[in-house]
Amino acid sequence: MSTTPPFERVVSEHGATVLRVCRAVLGSHADAEDAWSDTFVAALSAWPSLERGANVQAWLVTIAHRKALDLVRARGRRAVPVEHALEPPGHQEPDDDEVAALRTALAALPDKQRRVLAYHYLGGLPYADIAALVGGTPEAARRAAADGRRSLRTTLSREDAR
Amino acid sequence: MTTTPEQDRFPEQDPTPGVDGTVPQLSAPEHPATAATRGDAGHADDARVGNADAPGNTSEPVGTDWPTSTEGLSPGERYVVELLRRTPAPESALNRLHGRLEADAGGRGAVDIAYTTVGTPVGVLLLASTEQGLVRVAYDVEDHDRVLQTLADALSPRILRVPGRLAVPVRQVQEYFARERTSFDLPLDLALSRGFRRDVQRRLLDIAYGSTRSYTEVAALVGSPKAVRAVGSACSTNPLPVVVPCHRVLRSDGTLGGYIGGLAAKTALLELEQAA
Repeated sequence: MSTTPPFERVVSEHGATVLRVCRAVLGSHADAEDAWSDTFVAALSAWPSLERGANVQAWLVTIAHRKALDLVRARGRRAVPVEHALEPPGHQEPDDDEVAALRTALAALPDKQRRVLAYHYLGGLPYADIAALVGGTPEAARRAAADGRRSLRTTLSREDAR
Repeated sequence: MTTTPEQDRFPEQDPTPGVDGTVPQLSAPEHPATAATRGDAGHADDARVGNADAPGNTSEPVGTDWPTSTEGLSPGERYVVELLRRTPAPESALNRLHGRLEADAGGRGAVDIAYTTVGTPVGVLLLASTEQGLVRVAYDVEDHDRVLQTLADALSPRILRVPGRLAVPVRQVQEYFARERTSFDLPLDLALSRGFRRDVQRRLLDIAYGSTRSYTEVAALVGSPKAVRAVGSACSTNPLPVVVPCHRVLRSDGTLGGYIGGLAAKTALLELEQAA
């Protein structure tokens, strides 16, 4: 008998992954938390109608992608102005220096590269699925990831050299 | 990187002041009504992601390193990917977000079953509630995970831990165990039982605190004096133990009979009520 687990289990199993994805894509922790909450509220509504056997994590990352886009559109600004990639007061969590440098470098990437990296390496989505989300071909998504990795590496090694 | 804490704390943002003359904070908790409006606008999209051709429905497994292995990358790029994966998702943030989800989803009626747990002298009890009322009380020994799965199968999988929605039942249960309460004043949802069992369970509410009835007496009370065995199974499948007092039903010879929470729990409840 196929059963649908209680939604609470979805939150406890996938909450951290969705938060990482949202933080990487949106930069600002406050925006990321808005997107996280919007994602799980929407997922809760649709949860009973999700096909059995569907990949829940991929489904959530897909919703998170749309919610992040909604947020960016609603606020009428680019996804991650670098100035906003920092914690608002009251929400500080200590990042180690390397992670902090990575966040800044991520925020400076073109939107598509940043999204592809987040969905692939944090969300676990294959490039074919990512292409369906961000547009273009799977091959183009793969190239965007490669460009993004190289660009991050260059930025971070420049940081190191300082 | 050398940003100062001051830069961290005062990100450049829209300088338009709010109506009260303050600049809107990036982290300002959002008004529930605002969240509802924005979320509703996105609902049509959300339904679509359940379609078979949506990208989220690939049958490929997502392992810890599949499909995102770093094999074949240069050491520098592998370092970047590992660093990306090291970005934290701290427990404190997830707890805060869970609280926010409780408010955002609960306020919109998207939660069909809210639950929480409460510690009592007979172990940790799970309390679950629908819009109609308290629908399930479960003992530890019933395995709370299994109970929640049963609720998902029988009623709805839109189940979320929302302690705020169980505040009244929790308080009454605590008062009961503190001997400050002899009857529960709660809306109940008997959706988990039907027919004869439901009739019996409803009738159990008439057995007063501190008193007991036999299975035979309860069978007579519900107008089916021969259905003693069926009364027994109505008691043993009571979805609301403690609140619907099946513990007050004993065998005619005065021995305990069975109990969903185990005989020690049944004895404890009877002793608690005697001592009051």
